[in-house]
Amino acid sequence: MTTEIQPAPGATRKRRVRSATSLTRSSGIGLGLAVTWFSLLVLIPLALVVIQSADGGWQTFRDTLTNSQTAAALRLTVTQALIVTLVNVVFGTLIAWVLVRDHFWGKRILEVIIDIPFALPTIVAGLVLLSLYGPDSPIGINVANTERSVFLALLFVTLPFVVRTVEPVLLELDPEVEEAAASLGASRFTTLRRILLPALAPAITAGAALSFARGISEYGSLVLLSGNLPNKTEVASVRILTYIENGNEAAAASVAVLLLGVALIAIILLQVLTSVVSKRA
Amino acid sequence: MGIEIRGINKFFGDFVALEDINLSIPSGQLTALLGPSGGGKSTLLRIIAGLESSDSGTVEIEGVDTTNVPAQKRNVGFVFQHYAAFKHMTVAKNIAFGLEIRKRPKQEVKDRVQELLKLVHLEQWSDRLPSQLSGGQRQRMALARALAIEPSVLLLDEPFGALDAKVRKELRDWLRRLHDEVHVTTVFVTHDQEEALEVSDSLVVINEGRIEQIGSPDDLYDRPASDFVLSFLGPVTRLGDHLIRPHDIEISRYEQAATATGKISRWTRVGFEIRLEVTPDDTLHPDPIQVVVTRAEATALGLHDGDQVWLRPQAGVEPVRG
Repeated sequence: MTTEIQPAPGATRKRRVRSATSLTRSSGIGLGLAVTWFSLLVLIPLALVVIQSADGGWQTFRDTLTNSQTAAALRLTVTQALIVTLVNVVFGTLIAWVLVRDHFWGKRILEVIIDIPFALPTIVAGLVLLSLYGPDSPIGINVANTERSVFLALLFVTLPFVVRTVEPVLLELDPEVEEAAASLGASRFTTLRRILLPALAPAITAGAALSFARGISEYGSLVLLSGNLPNKTEVASVRILTYIENGNEAAAASVAVLLLGVALIAIILLQVLTSVVSKRA
Repeated sequence: MGIEIRGINKFFGDFVALEDINLSIPSGQLTALLGPSGGGKSTLLRIIAGLESSDSGTVEIEGVDTTNVPAQKRNVGFVFQHYAAFKHMTVAKNIAFGLEIRKRPKQEVKDRVQELLKLVHLEQWSDRLPSQLSGGQRQRMALARALAIEPSVLLLDEPFGALDAKVRKELRDWLRRLHDEVHVTTVFVTHDQEEALEVSDSLVVINEGRIEQIGSPDDLYDRPASDFVLSFLGPVTRLGDHLIRPHDIEISRYEQAATATGKISRWTRVGFEIRLEVTPDDTLHPDPIQVVVTRAEATALGLHDGDQVWLRPQAGVEPVRG
């Protein structure tokens, strides 16, 4: 039974030795196509926005951002997106955990429902939220025209991100790894901190980045409920629209560029955080 | 001392995984739990480790009743079939894990890890990630990780099951040598009878949730308590009214006092041995009898396919009642 002949491990191992620049014809075409596609859709429009924001000169840029109404909108947007992201990191991971590790009736249905906030047209989401948490709320909770409405709308639309990024990684995690940690004397908390979180960190980060990016850019789901009150519930995307409507494209571009910068910084910070968490384990 | 298991029962719903298991595993020995898949041997091992709880009965490790002690506090080393490596940690970090949790001084941890790396021959791999190791190396790492906490017992669940035949053989020789060095009470689960016979000091055969027999490899092979043990430890064939191992049959081309006679109906050569099938002339026992002879024996006896032969148990072999 144990005498069957099998190739020794390593005998079939191949090592890929290829310089970073050598491309075959097909991969060259692929790369070209990818870059063209990416440029048309992302790079060129982004570059145009940046150029447009510089159109009115440094003065317009600074004036726009120091305008008290715009500054308030930006502050509100970034703060709410941050809080929502933090909540998602905790609860998204928790929901993913429950969906992967626990078996209960209706799990399949829940799996589908999770994606609804993401799949729903945002304005429909806004309508749903308005009817449930607006002035005519059937459950008596009215958050219309308050900061909380922004928070709620963002929470609604960003719910699936962390859940969906963490789930597949959690599925791959072998429960035996936790048992190994336990047999070595690790408490549940130590296992969570030293084994599970480091393994999940990249997925949580990716979900958090998506959640934050969606948060600072959200428009449709919150306009109905928040009422867009200047200095109170007006968010950055609404502010951009107002500038456009008033024909002040340079100012609109300035706000856009700032949001772009914030998103970029957030993504970089999260990447750094991930590597710190992974290394500390 | 060692491990004392008394009256263990375990059910998974209606399925009886273990039924009234009583077992005494002596200190410092290498014991194999052998049996077919799904027979309950892994469940028993996991109950000893505290990774699974029994529905009744007690487990005592080195004189301490651990029935209600959680896995974390049992000080048991456990090695899994699929390594259960901490993928984001280097080999050295994996091995150090148990010691770091116990808050041992840094230098002590470092020295101990070095010592263990040497023991499992992974010194030059200490900074690699588990994904950069071969299966055999990963399992050695897992073993070092389990040994690091100086466990009172070392439990291995099909430790070589995921490895290919050659590496499996190397590792089992190595485990035997390692155990001769370290002397920790070791229990390992396997469904491979050759592995169990070769490595262990004593064997526990488990089938359908019950212990079939306990004994040394020689005991079990030569004096099996049941047909199940006999047939599980190696091939058997029916000669007359008895079960016997195919290599314990004396074969002759000349008429002699024999248990059965018939024609060689099948001739298969596998390396040094020749596996024969003899179809008996006795119509009451029409099932073919398996006989194994070495190539040299076959040549010396002048055997050929289709020959008429006479079969009887070899002198000194006690066939088991059928």
